[in-house]
Amino acid sequence: MLTVDLIVDIITIVFLAGGAFFMITGAVGLVKFPDFYTRLHATGKCDTLGQILIIVGCMFFEGFNFITVKLFFVVAFYLFAGPAATHAIMKAAYFTGLKPWKKGDPRM
Amino acid sequence: MILPFVAVGILIGFTILISSYRMIFGPGTFNRIAAANVIGTKAIVLLIVASYIIERPHFVDIALMYAVLSFIGTIIIAKYMERGELCSP
Amino acid sequence: MRKGEKAFSMILTFCVAFIFWLLLSAWNKYLLGHYDLFRLARGIIVALIVTVTAHELLVPGRGEQVLLKIQRWLLYILWELYQIVLAAIDVASRVFGLRPVDPRIIEFETTLRSDLALTTFADSITLTPGTITIDIEPERGKYTVHAIDKGPADALTVDQTMQKKVGHIFMEEG
Repeated sequence: MLTVDLIVDIITIVFLAGGAFFMITGAVGLVKFPDFYTRLHATGKCDTLGQILIIVGCMFFEGFNFITVKLFFVVAFYLFAGPAATHAIMKAAYFTGLKPWKKGDPRM
Repeated sequence: MILPFVAVGILIGFTILISSYRMIFGPGTFNRIAAANVIGTKAIVLLIVASYIIERPHFVDIALMYAVLSFIGTIIIAKYMERGELCSP
Repeated sequence: MRKGEKAFSMILTFCVAFIFWLLLSAWNKYLLGHYDLFRLARGIIVALIVTVTAHELLVPGRGEQVLLKIQRWLLYILWELYQIVLAAIDVASRVFGLRPVDPRIIEFETTLRSDLALTTFADSITLTPGTITIDIEPERGKYTVHAIDKGPADALTVDQTMQKKVGHIFMEEG
Protein backbone atom coordinates (compact mmCIF):
# COMPACT_ATOMS: atom_id res chain seq x y z
CA MET A 1 0.00 0.00 0.00
CA LEU A 2 2.18 2.74 -1.39
CA THR A 3 0.38 5.96 -0.53
CA VAL A 4 1.84 9.41 -1.02
CA ASP A 5 2.19 9.81 2.77
CA LEU A 6 4.50 6.80 2.99
CA ILE A 7 6.71 8.02 0.13
CA VAL A 8 7.04 11.48 1.73
CA ASP A 9 7.96 9.84 5.06
CA ILE A 10 10.65 7.67 3.48
CA ILE A 11 12.20 10.59 1.57
CA THR A 12 12.26 12.67 4.77
CA ILE A 13 13.96 9.90 6.76
CA VAL A 14 16.61 9.42 4.02
CA PHE A 15 17.48 13.12 3.94
CA LEU A 16 17.58 13.42 7.75
CA ALA A 17 19.85 10.38 8.11
CA GLY A 18 22.26 11.64 5.42
CA GLY A 19 22.41 15.08 6.99
CA ALA A 20 23.10 13.71 10.47
CA PHE A 21 25.89 11.44 9.13
CA PHE A 22 27.66 14.34 7.42
CA MET A 23 27.37 16.54 10.51
CA ILE A 24 28.96 13.93 12.76
CA THR A 25 31.72 13.41 10.17
CA GLY A 26 32.43 17.14 10.22
CA ALA A 27 32.67 17.22 14.02
CA VAL A 28 34.97 14.16 14.12
CA GLY A 29 37.16 15.85 11.49
CA LEU A 30 37.35 18.94 13.69
CA VAL A 31 38.93 16.86 16.48
CA LYS A 32 41.05 14.52 14.38
CA PHE A 33 42.86 16.69 11.80
CA PRO A 34 46.39 17.81 12.67
CA ASP A 35 46.31 21.54 11.81
CA PHE A 36 44.05 24.60 11.94
CA TYR A 37 43.77 25.01 8.16
CA THR A 38 42.75 21.38 7.58
CA ARG A 39 40.16 21.65 10.37
CA LEU A 40 38.58 24.56 8.52
CA HIS A 41 38.34 22.33 5.44
CA ALA A 42 36.35 19.80 7.50
CA THR A 43 33.87 22.23 9.02
CA GLY A 44 33.43 24.51 6.01
CA LYS A 45 32.39 21.77 3.63
CA CYS A 46 30.83 18.94 5.64
CA ASP A 47 28.77 21.16 7.95
CA THR A 48 27.31 23.13 5.05
CA LEU A 49 26.11 19.99 3.25
CA GLY A 50 24.76 18.35 6.44
CA GLN A 51 22.74 21.42 7.32
CA ILE A 52 21.32 21.75 3.80
CA LEU A 53 20.28 18.08 3.72
CA ILE A 54 18.50 18.24 7.11
CA ILE A 55 16.58 21.42 6.26
CA VAL A 56 15.59 20.08 2.80
CA GLY A 57 14.27 16.96 4.54
CA CYS A 58 12.18 19.14 6.82
CA MET A 59 10.89 21.04 3.78
CA PHE A 60 9.69 17.80 2.18
CA PHE A 61 7.83 16.84 5.33
CA GLU A 62 5.84 20.05 5.53
CA GLY A 63 4.42 20.17 2.00
CA PHE A 64 3.71 23.45 0.28
CA ASN A 65 3.05 25.87 3.10
CA PHE A 66 4.44 29.24 4.07
CA ILE A 67 6.88 27.61 6.49
CA THR A 68 8.55 26.00 3.46
CA VAL A 69 9.32 29.47 2.07
CA LYS A 70 11.00 30.52 5.34
CA LEU A 71 13.09 27.33 5.43
CA PHE A 72 14.10 27.96 1.82
CA PHE A 73 15.37 31.40 2.86
CA VAL A 74 17.47 29.83 5.63
CA VAL A 75 18.99 27.38 3.10
CA ALA A 76 19.72 30.09 0.52
CA PHE A 77 21.30 32.36 3.14
CA TYR A 78 23.54 29.64 4.52
CA LEU A 79 24.62 28.56 1.03
CA PHE A 80 26.15 32.00 0.50
CA ALA A 81 27.22 32.83 4.06
CA GLY A 82 28.94 29.57 5.07
CA PRO A 83 31.89 29.72 2.67
CA ALA A 84 32.23 33.48 3.24
CA ALA A 85 32.65 33.02 7.00
CA THR A 86 35.19 30.21 6.43
CA HIS A 87 37.19 32.42 4.09
CA ALA A 88 37.11 35.34 6.58
CA ILE A 89 38.51 33.23 9.44
CA MET A 90 41.19 31.69 7.25
CA LYS A 91 42.33 35.06 5.88
CA ALA A 92 42.61 36.48 9.42
CA ALA A 93 44.70 33.50 10.52
CA TYR A 94 47.02 33.66 7.50
CA PHE A 95 47.80 37.35 7.89
CA THR A 96 48.42 37.06 11.64
CA GLY A 97 51.18 34.56 10.93
CA LEU A 98 49.85 31.09 11.78
CA LYS A 99 52.16 28.61 10.06
CA PRO A 100 50.60 25.85 7.89
CA TRP A 101 51.43 22.20 8.51
CA LYS A 102 53.50 20.08 6.18
CA LYS A 103 53.59 16.30 6.18
CA GLY A 104 56.03 15.08 8.86
CA ASP A 105 55.72 17.94 11.36
CA PRO A 106 54.57 17.30 14.93
CA ARG A 107 50.84 17.63 15.46
CA MET A 108 49.66 21.06 16.55
CA MET B 1 6.24 10.56 13.06
CA ILE B 2 8.14 12.37 15.82
CA LEU B 3 10.72 9.63 16.47
CA PRO B 4 13.10 10.47 13.56
CA PHE B 5 13.19 14.12 14.60
CA VAL B 6 14.02 13.22 18.22
CA ALA B 7 16.84 10.94 16.97
CA VAL B 8 18.27 13.71 14.77
CA GLY B 9 18.07 16.12 17.70
CA ILE B 10 20.10 13.78 19.92
CA LEU B 11 22.72 13.35 17.17
CA ILE B 12 23.06 17.12 16.82
CA GLY B 13 23.58 17.24 20.60
CA PHE B 14 26.48 14.78 20.19
CA THR B 15 27.96 17.01 17.49
CA ILE B 16 27.88 20.03 19.80
CA LEU B 17 29.51 17.99 22.57
CA ILE B 18 32.34 16.77 20.31
CA SER B 19 33.15 20.23 19.01
CA SER B 20 33.13 21.73 22.50
CA TYR B 21 36.24 19.60 23.14
CA ARG B 22 38.02 21.65 20.51
CA MET B 23 36.67 24.82 22.09
CA ILE B 24 38.20 24.00 25.49
CA PHE B 25 41.52 22.49 24.39
CA GLY B 26 42.31 24.21 21.09
CA PRO B 27 45.81 25.70 21.21
CA GLY B 28 45.40 29.39 20.39
CA THR B 29 42.47 31.66 19.56
CA PHE B 30 41.63 30.61 16.01
CA ASN B 31 40.70 27.03 16.83
CA ARG B 32 38.22 28.39 19.36
CA ILE B 33 36.71 30.79 16.79
CA ALA B 34 36.18 27.91 14.34
CA ALA B 35 34.54 25.78 17.06
CA ALA B 36 32.25 28.68 18.04
CA ASN B 37 31.18 29.01 14.39
CA VAL B 38 30.30 25.29 14.31
CA ILE B 39 28.30 25.47 17.55
CA GLY B 40 26.36 28.52 16.31
CA THR B 41 25.28 26.85 13.09
CA LYS B 42 24.32 23.64 14.87
CA ALA B 43 22.10 25.71 17.16
CA ILE B 44 20.13 26.94 14.12
CA VAL B 45 19.42 23.39 12.93
CA LEU B 46 18.53 22.34 16.49
CA LEU B 47 15.96 25.17 16.66
CA ILE B 48 14.30 24.04 13.42
CA VAL B 49 14.18 20.37 14.49
CA ALA B 50 12.76 21.39 17.89
CA SER B 51 10.04 23.34 16.07
CA TYR B 52 9.08 20.10 14.31
CA ILE B 53 9.07 18.08 17.54
CA ILE B 54 6.60 20.29 19.38
CA GLU B 55 4.52 20.82 16.19
CA ARG B 56 4.31 24.60 16.43
CA PRO B 57 5.76 26.92 13.77
CA HIS B 58 7.15 29.57 16.08
CA PHE B 59 10.86 28.74 16.16
CA VAL B 60 11.56 29.10 12.43
CA ASP B 61 11.53 32.92 12.55
CA ILE B 62 13.97 32.88 15.46
CA ALA B 63 16.23 30.50 13.50
CA LEU B 64 16.31 32.86 10.51
CA MET B 65 17.21 35.85 12.70
CA TYR B 66 19.87 33.93 14.62
CA ALA B 67 21.54 32.74 11.41
CA VAL B 68 22.07 36.33 10.25
CA LEU B 69 23.31 37.50 13.67
CA SER B 70 25.79 34.66 14.18
CA PHE B 71 27.24 35.17 10.68
CA ILE B 72 27.77 38.89 11.36
CA GLY B 73 29.39 38.07 14.72
CA THR B 74 31.86 35.66 13.13
CA ILE B 75 32.88 38.20 10.48
CA ILE B 76 33.35 40.95 13.10
CA ILE B 77 35.62 38.77 15.25
CA ALA B 78 37.68 37.70 12.20
CA LYS B 79 38.10 41.34 11.12
CA TYR B 80 39.17 42.38 14.63
CA MET B 81 41.77 39.62 14.87
CA GLU B 82 43.24 40.62 11.52
CA ARG B 83 43.65 44.34 12.10
CA GLY B 84 43.89 44.83 15.87
CA GLU B 85 41.11 47.43 15.81
CA LEU B 86 37.58 47.48 14.48
CA CYS B 87 37.44 50.63 12.35
CA SER B 88 40.28 52.94 11.40
CA PRO B 89 39.77 56.57 12.47
CA MET C 1 24.47 58.00 -10.43
CA ARG C 2 22.27 59.52 -13.08
CA LYS C 3 18.66 60.34 -12.29
CA GLY C 4 17.19 57.53 -14.43
CA GLU C 5 19.38 54.94 -12.74
CA LYS C 6 18.45 56.23 -9.29
CA ALA C 7 14.70 55.91 -9.94
CA PHE C 8 15.15 52.42 -11.43
CA SER C 9 17.15 51.19 -8.46
CA MET C 10 14.68 52.65 -5.94
CA ILE C 11 11.68 51.04 -7.63
CA LEU C 12 13.43 47.67 -7.91
CA THR C 13 14.53 47.74 -4.26
CA PHE C 14 11.02 48.68 -3.11
CA CYS C 15 9.44 45.82 -5.06
CA VAL C 16 11.93 43.25 -3.81
CA ALA C 17 11.61 44.40 -0.17
CA PHE C 18 7.81 44.39 -0.28
CA ILE C 19 7.60 40.93 -1.84
CA PHE C 20 10.08 39.62 0.73
CA TRP C 21 7.97 41.02 3.59
CA LEU C 22 4.82 39.52 2.09
CA LEU C 23 6.46 36.09 1.80
CA LEU C 24 7.69 36.12 5.37
CA SER C 25 4.42 37.14 7.05
CA ALA C 26 1.75 34.58 6.10
CA TRP C 27 1.14 35.24 2.43
CA ASN C 28 -1.77 32.85 2.17
CA LYS C 29 -3.67 34.83 4.74
CA TYR C 30 -3.13 38.09 2.87
CA LEU C 31 -3.39 37.20 -0.80
CA LEU C 32 -5.92 34.41 -0.79
CA GLY C 33 -8.22 35.72 1.90
CA HIS C 34 -9.52 38.98 3.18
CA TYR C 35 -7.03 41.82 3.14
CA ASP C 36 -7.26 45.57 3.48
CA LEU C 37 -4.94 48.52 3.30
CA PHE C 38 -4.38 48.76 7.05
CA ARG C 39 -2.63 45.42 7.25
CA LEU C 40 -0.56 46.00 4.14
CA ALA C 41 0.48 49.46 5.33
CA ARG C 42 2.96 47.93 7.78
CA GLY C 43 4.72 46.20 4.90
CA ILE C 44 4.74 49.35 2.78
CA ILE C 45 6.30 51.41 5.58
CA VAL C 46 9.04 48.83 6.18
CA ALA C 47 9.79 48.56 2.45
CA LEU C 48 10.00 52.36 2.19
CA ILE C 49 12.51 52.54 5.04
CA VAL C 50 14.67 49.85 3.42
CA THR C 51 14.49 51.61 0.04
CA VAL C 52 15.46 55.04 1.33
CA THR C 53 18.48 53.78 3.26
CA ALA C 54 19.88 51.03 1.04
CA HIS C 55 18.86 51.39 -2.58
CA GLU C 56 22.37 51.95 -3.84
CA LEU C 57 23.73 48.69 -2.49
CA LEU C 58 21.47 46.25 -4.25
CA VAL C 59 21.41 47.60 -7.81
CA PRO C 60 24.84 49.03 -8.63
CA GLY C 61 23.90 50.28 -12.09
CA ARG C 62 22.85 48.84 -15.43
CA GLY C 63 25.33 46.49 -16.95
CA GLU C 64 25.22 45.06 -20.43
CA GLN C 65 23.26 41.94 -21.28
CA VAL C 66 22.09 41.43 -17.70
CA LEU C 67 19.42 38.86 -18.58
CA LEU C 68 21.84 36.56 -20.39
CA LYS C 69 24.26 36.73 -17.48
CA ILE C 70 21.49 35.90 -14.98
CA GLN C 71 20.39 32.88 -17.00
CA ARG C 72 23.92 31.48 -17.25
CA TRP C 73 24.49 32.20 -13.56
CA LEU C 74 21.44 30.11 -12.58
CA LEU C 75 22.75 27.13 -14.56
CA TYR C 76 26.11 27.58 -12.86
CA ILE C 77 24.45 27.33 -9.43
CA LEU C 78 23.10 23.87 -10.32
CA TRP C 79 26.65 22.72 -11.14
CA GLU C 80 27.77 24.21 -7.81
CA LEU C 81 25.28 22.11 -5.82
CA TYR C 82 26.68 18.97 -7.42
CA GLN C 83 30.20 20.09 -6.43
CA ILE C 84 29.16 20.58 -2.79
CA VAL C 85 28.08 16.93 -2.57
CA LEU C 86 31.39 15.79 -4.08
CA ALA C 87 33.31 18.03 -1.66
CA ALA C 88 31.60 16.59 1.43
CA ILE C 89 32.19 13.00 0.28
CA ASP C 90 35.86 13.85 -0.32
CA VAL C 91 36.31 15.29 3.18
CA ALA C 92 34.54 12.27 4.71
CA SER C 93 36.94 9.91 2.94
CA ARG C 94 39.92 11.85 4.34
CA VAL C 95 38.48 11.78 7.88
CA PHE C 96 38.11 8.00 7.84
CA GLY C 97 41.63 7.48 6.50
CA LEU C 98 40.95 6.34 2.94
CA ARG C 99 43.02 9.15 1.39
CA PRO C 100 46.09 10.99 2.72
CA VAL C 101 46.25 14.52 4.14
CA ASP C 102 49.14 16.50 2.62
CA PRO C 103 48.34 20.22 2.55
CA ARG C 104 50.08 22.94 0.56
CA ILE C 105 49.55 26.60 -0.48
CA ILE C 106 49.44 27.58 -4.17
CA GLU C 107 49.08 30.86 -6.10
CA PHE C 108 47.85 31.49 -9.61
CA GLU C 109 46.47 34.23 -11.87
CA THR C 110 43.23 34.48 -13.83
CA THR C 111 41.73 36.81 -16.44
CA LEU C 112 38.67 37.91 -14.40
CA ARG C 113 38.49 41.59 -13.45
CA SER C 114 35.01 42.65 -12.29
CA ASP C 115 33.91 42.43 -8.64
CA LEU C 116 31.06 39.97 -9.13
CA ALA C 117 33.17 37.56 -11.21
CA LEU C 118 36.00 37.55 -8.64
CA THR C 119 33.55 36.91 -5.77
CA THR C 120 31.74 34.09 -7.62
CA PHE C 121 35.01 32.38 -8.43
CA ALA C 122 36.28 32.66 -4.83
CA ASP C 123 33.00 31.18 -3.54
CA SER C 124 33.18 28.27 -5.93
CA ILE C 125 36.83 27.55 -5.05
CA THR C 126 35.72 27.20 -1.42
CA LEU C 127 32.92 24.81 -2.42
CA THR C 128 35.05 22.59 -4.68
CA PRO C 129 36.58 19.43 -3.15
CA GLY C 130 39.88 20.17 -1.46
CA THR C 131 40.52 23.93 -1.80
CA ILE C 132 39.76 27.13 0.16
CA THR C 133 40.51 30.71 -0.96
CA ILE C 134 42.83 32.73 1.28
CA ASP C 135 43.48 36.01 -0.53
CA ILE C 136 42.50 37.86 -3.71
CA GLU C 137 44.37 40.67 -5.43
CA PRO C 138 41.92 42.52 -7.72
CA GLU C 139 44.51 44.30 -9.90
CA ARG C 140 45.88 41.22 -11.63
CA GLY C 141 43.29 38.64 -10.65
CA LYS C 142 45.71 36.70 -8.45
CA TYR C 143 44.40 34.05 -6.02
CA THR C 144 46.14 32.50 -3.00
CA VAL C 145 44.59 29.09 -2.29
CA HIS C 146 45.13 26.44 0.39
CA ALA C 147 44.78 22.91 -1.03
CA ILE C 148 44.56 19.73 0.99
CA ASP C 149 46.28 17.34 -1.44
CA LYS C 150 48.06 17.20 -4.80
CA GLY C 151 44.96 16.05 -6.72
CA PRO C 152 42.66 19.04 -6.03
CA ALA C 153 45.60 21.46 -6.44
CA ASP C 154 46.28 20.10 -9.93
CA ALA C 155 42.60 20.24 -10.87
CA LEU C 156 42.70 23.97 -10.18
CA THR C 157 45.96 25.02 -11.82
CA VAL C 158 46.50 22.52 -14.64
CA ASP C 159 43.00 21.68 -15.89
CA GLN C 160 41.38 25.13 -15.42
CA THR C 161 37.83 23.94 -15.94
CA MET C 162 36.36 26.35 -13.39
CA GLN C 163 38.12 29.42 -14.77
CA LYS C 164 36.65 28.69 -18.19
CA LYS C 165 33.15 28.24 -16.76
CA VAL C 166 33.14 31.47 -14.73
CA GLY C 167 34.70 33.39 -17.61
CA HIS C 168 31.98 32.05 -19.89
CA ILE C 169 29.25 33.46 -17.62
CA PHE C 170 30.64 36.97 -17.32
CA MET C 171 32.14 36.97 -20.80
CA GLU C 172 35.66 37.85 -19.64
CA GLU C 173 37.61 34.89 -20.93
CA GLY C 174 41.02 35.76 -22.11
